[in-house]
Amino acid sequence: MNIEVRQPVRAQKAKVGLIDCDIHPKLTVEQMRPFLSNRWWNHLQTYGIRYRHGYAKGYAYPKMTPQAARRDAWPPTGGLPASDLDFMRTQHLDHYGVDHGIMNPLSPTGQGEQNPELAAALAFAANEVQAETWTHREPRLRSSICVPYEDGEASRTEIRRRAGNKDYAQVFVLSRTSEALGRRRYWPIFEAAVEAGLPLGIHVFGYSGWPMTNTGWPSFYIEEMTEHATSSQAVVTSLIMEGVFERYRDLKIVLIESGFGWLPALGWRLDKHWKRLKDEVPHLKRAPSEYIREHFWVTTQPMEEAEEPGHVVDAMNWVGMDRILFASDYPHWDFDDPVLALPPSLNEEQRRMIYAGNARALYNLA
Amino acid sequence: MPAELRAIDCDVHPSVPDIKALLPYLDMFWRDSISERGIPSLESISYPPNAPITARPDFRGKNGAAATDVSQLSAQVFDRWQASVAICNCLYGIQLLFSEDMAGAFARALNDWIAKEWLDRDVRLRASIVVPMQNVEMAVEEIERCAKDRRFVQVLVLAMQETPLGRRSNWPIFAAAERHGLPLGIHAGSAYRNPVTSLGWPSWYIEDYAAQSQGFQSQVASLICEGVFAKFPGLKVVLIESGVTWLPGFLWRFSKFWRGLRTEVPWVDRSPAEIVREHFRLTIQPFDAPDATDDVERAIDHLRSDDMLLFSSDFPHWQFDGDQVMPAGIPAGLHRKILVENPLATYDRLRDANPARETVS
Repeated sequence: MNIEVRQPVRAQKAKVGLIDCDIHPKLTVEQMRPFLSNRWWNHLQTYGIRYRHGYAKGYAYPKMTPQAARRDAWPPTGGLPASDLDFMRTQHLDHYGVDHGIMNPLSPTGQGEQNPELAAALAFAANEVQAETWTHREPRLRSSICVPYEDGEASRTEIRRRAGNKDYAQVFVLSRTSEALGRRRYWPIFEAAVEAGLPLGIHVFGYSGWPMTNTGWPSFYIEEMTEHATSSQAVVTSLIMEGVFERYRDLKIVLIESGFGWLPALGWRLDKHWKRLKDEVPHLKRAPSEYIREHFWVTTQPMEEAEEPGHVVDAMNWVGMDRILFASDYPHWDFDDPVLALPPSLNEEQRRMIYAGNARALYNLA
Repeated sequence: MPAELRAIDCDVHPSVPDIKALLPYLDMFWRDSISERGIPSLESISYPPNAPITARPDFRGKNGAAATDVSQLSAQVFDRWQASVAICNCLYGIQLLFSEDMAGAFARALNDWIAKEWLDRDVRLRASIVVPMQNVEMAVEEIERCAKDRRFVQVLVLAMQETPLGRRSNWPIFAAAERHGLPLGIHAGSAYRNPVTSLGWPSWYIEDYAAQSQGFQSQVASLICEGVFAKFPGLKVVLIESGVTWLPGFLWRFSKFWRGLRTEVPWVDRSPAEIVREHFRLTIQPFDAPDATDDVERAIDHLRSDDMLLFSSDFPHWQFDGDQVMPAGIPAGLHRKILVENPLATYDRLRDANPARETVS
C-alpha cells in the first residue's frame, strides 16, 4: 500500500518553525565499506553483526511492519525506508516544512554489537556516512555521533574526533545498555560530551542482554514497546543516583522516543524515597526531581494520548514546556504527524517552543 | 474518626522474629535442615533489616525489630490509628529459594504461623496466602489448603518474578484465586531471578526500591497482554506498596500502543486503561505524590476512577511520620471510598459477618 505524497501543508504556519528531533536515516553496510578496514569488512562478511538477542536477522519480538516502517515510506527508487534523501525531502522535509532534522541512525551503527572493536569501527563508519551521504547534501539535517557505548574510552575518542564539527548535533546512545547508564564505565562519554558542548541523546531500544523487564522476558512486541518507558525510568534513576550531574554539571540529556508521561511521577517517587534514604547517597546535593528539571529534555513521539487530553497537558506542565522537543520518528510506523500530534489546547507560545524554539536553543541551530 | 469510617488497612507486615519461630510448623526434615545447614534467616535485601524504610524508628523494639508480635501491631494499627481490620502481608524471602520443595515447606509453615500466631490472637486480623511461585502445582495446592480458612483473603506474590505473571503457565493460580474469591495481591519485592532493572543490577538500594514500580508496570502489561482477564473475568488484582502516580502515564503509553498493535493480542478487546479500572486496585502507601495539593488532586484525577485506591498504613515500614496515614492532599470526598468502601468491594471475604476460623490442615 503506497500512499500518494500529499501537497505541502505547512506554508500557512511557516512562522512557528519546525525542528524534528528524531529522524531515522537508514544507513547500509555497503555505504560504510569505504570507512571500514579490510579486517572488519571481512569479519562482517563472515560473522555478521551479533546483538544480545540471538537472531542473525530480525528480532525476537518481530515488528508489526517490515523495517517497523510506515507502509508509504518505501522509496519509489527501491531501497529501504529513509535510505533515499530525495524521497525523504519530498515525503517529509518539504512536505511539512521541516527547518531542521536531527538524525538518529539505529542500525547498523555498531551500537549493541558484542565485539567492542567492531562496534567502534562501525560507529566511526556510521558517523562518516551520516555526514557524507546526508548532512553534506542536505543543510537542514544534522547527524548524531554514534558511540560504541559499552567502551567508554573508545566512545570518548569518537566524540573528540567530531567535536567542533557542525555536522553533528549530539552524542548518541541507546537506552538499553549492558549496565545502568550512570555507572562509571560510561563516564568518559559524559565527560567528552560536556567537553564538546553537545547534549547526550538517549534513544530507546538496544539489547542490554538482561531481560527486558525486571520480572523477566515478556511475550509480545506491544510489551517491548511499552517497556521502553520502564527502561528509561531505570536510566534516569541511575544517572541521578550515581551522582553524574554533580560530576558533570553541564551535561544535558535528551530522552528520545521514550515518552514523558512517566517522568513527573518518577521524580515524585525518587524525591519521596530520597528523603528517607538520603544517607545512602550523600553525593546527591539536591532532590532528584531538581536534577530532572535541570538536566533532562524529552521528545514528543510517541505523543502521550490520555483519555482526557487535558491530563497530557498537566504532564507537559509538570515536565516543563521548555523541556519538550517535537519529534516525528520518520519513517517508522508510529510516526507522529507534525500537524496533528500536539494537543490543540496549547497556546501559540507553547507550540512555538515545542515545535522549534526549545530544540533551536538546545542544539544551537540557527 | 467516626465509627463507620474505621479504616480497613490493606497492608501491614508482621515480621518473622527469628527463623526458629517457624520450627513448630515445619516437618522434621526441614527443622533439621535449619540447624544442620545453618540457615540464618530468609529476610531479603528488598528490605535490609536496618534500612530506614524497613521500620520506622519509633516502631522498632529494643532489638531493632518491629512488628514481631500481635500486641505491637494491634496497639499501633487498631488502637492508635483506629483501623477496624488489617490484612497481614508477610514478607519473608520464601520466593527467593531455588528448591521447590523447600519453598513449598516454608510457605506452608509461614501461612500456618500467621494463622496461629497472628490471626488466632486478634479477630481483627486477616492475611494473604504466601505461595511458592517456584512450582505452580504447589502454589495451587497451598491456595486450596489455606482458602478453607476464610480469614485468608488474598493470594500474595511479589512484583518481580522469574517470568512475567501473565504467562500461561501461571494460569492455574489465577483459576484458583478466582474460584475462591481471592484477589491476587502483588506486593513490592523481588525473587531476584532477574536484575531489578532491565539494564542490570544498580549500585544503590534506593534504586532497588525505586525500581519496584517498574516491576508493577511490567506485571500490569503482562497480565493484560496475555489475556488473563479475558480468561478470568472475575479476577481482581491489588498492587500493594506499589506507589500510585506512575499508573496514568503508564496507561497512556500502553493504551496508545494497544491501539496500534492490538492485532498482536486480539484477546485484549478493550483499552488497557479500561481493563485496569475494572480489575486493578492500588494501596495508598507509599504515596508518591507531588508537593502541592492542587497537583495531588490532579494526579488522583488522572486515575479516572474513585474505586481504585485502598487504604494502607504499610506498618511498620517508614512511609510517613506521625499519624499521617492518609496522605495529605487526597480529596476529603474520597476518604470514605478509600478507607472502607473500596476495600470491602475488593476483598469478598471482608464482607463475611464472622469468618470461619477452621484450622488449616
